[in-house]
Amino acid sequence: MAVLTDRPPAPAVTTRRADQRALVNRFLGYAILIFFGLVFLYPFVIQIASSFKTEPDAAAHPLSPVPDPVSLAGFERIFAGTAFPLWLGNSLLVTVLVTLGRVFFDSLAGYALARLRFRGRAGLFAAIIAVMAVPGVVLLIPKFLVLNQLGMYDSYAGLIVPLLADAAGVFIMKQFFESIPVSVEEAARIDGAGTFRTFWSVVLPMAKPALITLTILSFQGSWNEFPHSLVAVQDPGLFTLPRGLADLVSGSLGKGTQYPLKLGAALLATIPVAVLFVIFQRYFVRGANEGADKG
Amino acid sequence: MATDALAAPATAQAGPPRRRTGGIRSNENVAGWLFVAPVIVILGLFLLLPILMALWVSLTDWNGQGSPFTGRVPFVGTENYTRLFTEDGLARRDFMTSIRNNIYYVAIVVPAQTVLALGLALVVNNRMLKGKGFFRTAFYFPSVTSSVAISVVFLFLFANSGAVNALLGFFGIDGPQWFADSRGVLHLLLGAVGVDQPPAALTDGGPFGLTWWDWLSGPSVAMMSIICLVVWTTSGTFMLMFLAALQNVPVALDEASILDGATRWQRFRHVTLPLIKPTTFLVLTLGLIGSWQVFDQVYVMSQGEPAKTTLTPAYLSYRTAFRDFDYGSGAAISFVLFLIIILFTLVQRRVMADRDAERPRRGWWRRRVPERS
Repeated sequence: MAVLTDRPPAPAVTTRRADQRALVNRFLGYAILIFFGLVFLYPFVIQIASSFKTEPDAAAHPLSPVPDPVSLAGFERIFAGTAFPLWLGNSLLVTVLVTLGRVFFDSLAGYALARLRFRGRAGLFAAIIAVMAVPGVVLLIPKFLVLNQLGMYDSYAGLIVPLLADAAGVFIMKQFFESIPVSVEEAARIDGAGTFRTFWSVVLPMAKPALITLTILSFQGSWNEFPHSLVAVQDPGLFTLPRGLADLVSGSLGKGTQYPLKLGAALLATIPVAVLFVIFQRYFVRGANEGADKG
Repeated sequence: MATDALAAPATAQAGPPRRRTGGIRSNENVAGWLFVAPVIVILGLFLLLPILMALWVSLTDWNGQGSPFTGRVPFVGTENYTRLFTEDGLARRDFMTSIRNNIYYVAIVVPAQTVLALGLALVVNNRMLKGKGFFRTAFYFPSVTSSVAISVVFLFLFANSGAVNALLGFFGIDGPQWFADSRGVLHLLLGAVGVDQPPAALTDGGPFGLTWWDWLSGPSVAMMSIICLVVWTTSGTFMLMFLAALQNVPVALDEASILDGATRWQRFRHVTLPLIKPTTFLVLTLGLIGSWQVFDQVYVMSQGEPAKTTLTPAYLSYRTAFRDFDYGSGAAISFVLFLIIILFTLVQRRVMADRDAERPRRGWWRRRVPERS
C-alpha cells in the first residue's frame, strides 16, 4: 500500500524545491492553527485560572494562566454568598423536562409528518417550516403577553411548557424518519401492531442517531436559554443559571469587581455542555449542519 | 384532497407507495393528528397566538396593568409605528440610533465571521497537517457555550485592566476603557486625520432625526468589544459549514489545476470559491439573519450603554416594554425588526430554492447530511 500512496518519482531538483516549499507551507499552516487555537482557547484558560485567583491577583495579572496563590475563595463565595445552588437546581429541572418533552413530542410529530397519511399534512409541514423562520428575539414581548394572560407568568410552568416542542426538532426528526426503510414498519403493521406501538417499539429504536442529536441540541439549547427566562419569570427563586449569572453581573454585584466569583460561576455553568461536547462532538457537528440546512 | 395531492411527491421520496384499505387510512388520519397535536398546541399557544396578541398590543397604549384585551386599554392605531419613523422625539431618536448601531454591527460582524470561518476551514481542511481534529474542536467549542457565560468572560477580558488591554500594553498601546467608551470608530479615524470638529454641513440635519454626523459615527468602541465576542463565538459554526462544502470539492479538480500550473491563489479564486458559492451565500444570509437579533450580549455586557451606542432594536424593544412599561411601542419595534429579518430569510429561501431546483428531485439537505456526518 505504501508504494501506491507514494508520489511518483520526479527529477531530483524539482523534488527538493517542492519539498522545501511543502515544508514552509506546513510550517505556516501550523503557525496559523496554533495562533487561532490560542485565540479560541486562551480565553477559557484565563477564565479557569482567574476563577482560582485571589481578587488582587486576577486584577493585576489578567493574562497569567497560573493562579498565584491558588485560592478557592471565589468558589466558596459562589456557594455561600449567591443563590447558585438554586439556579443550578432550576436549570437542571428545566433542562431535563424540556429535553424529554422535545425528544418525545418532536419525534411523534416528525414521524406523523414523514409516514402517516392524514388530511392537512402538507399544509401543516409548510406551517412548521414557516414557524422556523420566526426569529426568537421578536417573541420576547409576545411570550410575556401570553404567559401573563394564561396566568403562567412567574411559574415553573411558564419557564418550561413553552419550550416543550420546537419546529427545528420536528424537522430533523421528519427528515430522519423519511430516510429509514418502510419495510420494517410494514411488517409490524401486518402483524397487527397499532400506529403508536409501531412507532414506539419498531421505528423509534431505529432512530437512535437522530434521537441523540435531538437530545443534545435540546439539552444545549435549554441549558443555555436566556431570553425566555427573562420574560417568563421575575421571581429570583425561579432563576435559571444564565438568568442568575446575568443578574450577578449586571445587577447585584455591579461591574468591575469580584471577577474570580463571576468567572467561576460562568465556568461552572459551562461545564455540563463542555462535557457533553467532548463526548458527543460528532452529534454537535451534525446538529450544526442540520441547523444550517433548515435555514 | 388537495393536500393529499401536494403530499404525494414527499411520500414517493420516502419509499414505495403504500396501498391501504380505507379502514386503516382513516385510522391514520386520526393517529396523524393525535401525533402532531402536542406540537400544534405548544407552537400555536406560545408562538402563533402570542404574535397575534403582540400585533394587537402594538396598536394600543397598554402599560402592563391588567389585561391588554379589555375595552379600557386605549387603542392608538398605528401611532406606535409612526412615532418610530415620522415624529421627531425621543422614541424615534432611540429607535434610529439602535438601527444605526445594528447596521454597523452587521457591516462588521457578517464579513468578519464569514472570512474568518472560511480561512479556518481552509486551514483545517489542509491534507498535509496533523492534529486538525483538535483544532476544529477548539474553533467550534465557543459556539456551543452559553452566550451569558461567555459574555461574562469577555467582560473580564475587555475590562480596563483586563487581558486585552494587558496584551495591547505589550505593544505599547494604551487600550481604551472599552465599556465606557462611546466614541464612534469612524469619528476616531476622522480625528486621526485631523477632522476634530464635524463639518457644519453634517450637523445641521439628516434623515430620521439623527444628524448625518451621528449616522456616520461608526460602531462605538464599546460596540467593538461586543463585535469581537460575537465573531469569536459564531465563526466556529460557520467554519463547519465551509468545511463540509470544501470536503465536497473533488480532489481531482484541484490536482488538475496544479498540473496546469495554477498558483495557490488562482486555485482558490477560480476553482474552490466558485464551487463553494452556495455555502458562502448560506453563511452570509444566516449571518445577516442572526446579527439583527443580537440581544443576550447587549443585555449582559452593556445594557445599551454607553450613550446608547450599543442599543440594538432587539434590546430597545425589550427595554421599552419591560423597563419603561410602554408595551405598545416595544411591540411595534419588535414587528419592525421582524420585517427586517423576514426579508433576509425570504431572500435566502428563494435563492436556496432556485439552487435546489437545478438539482435532482431529492431534498438537498438529505443529499448532504449523511455524507457529512
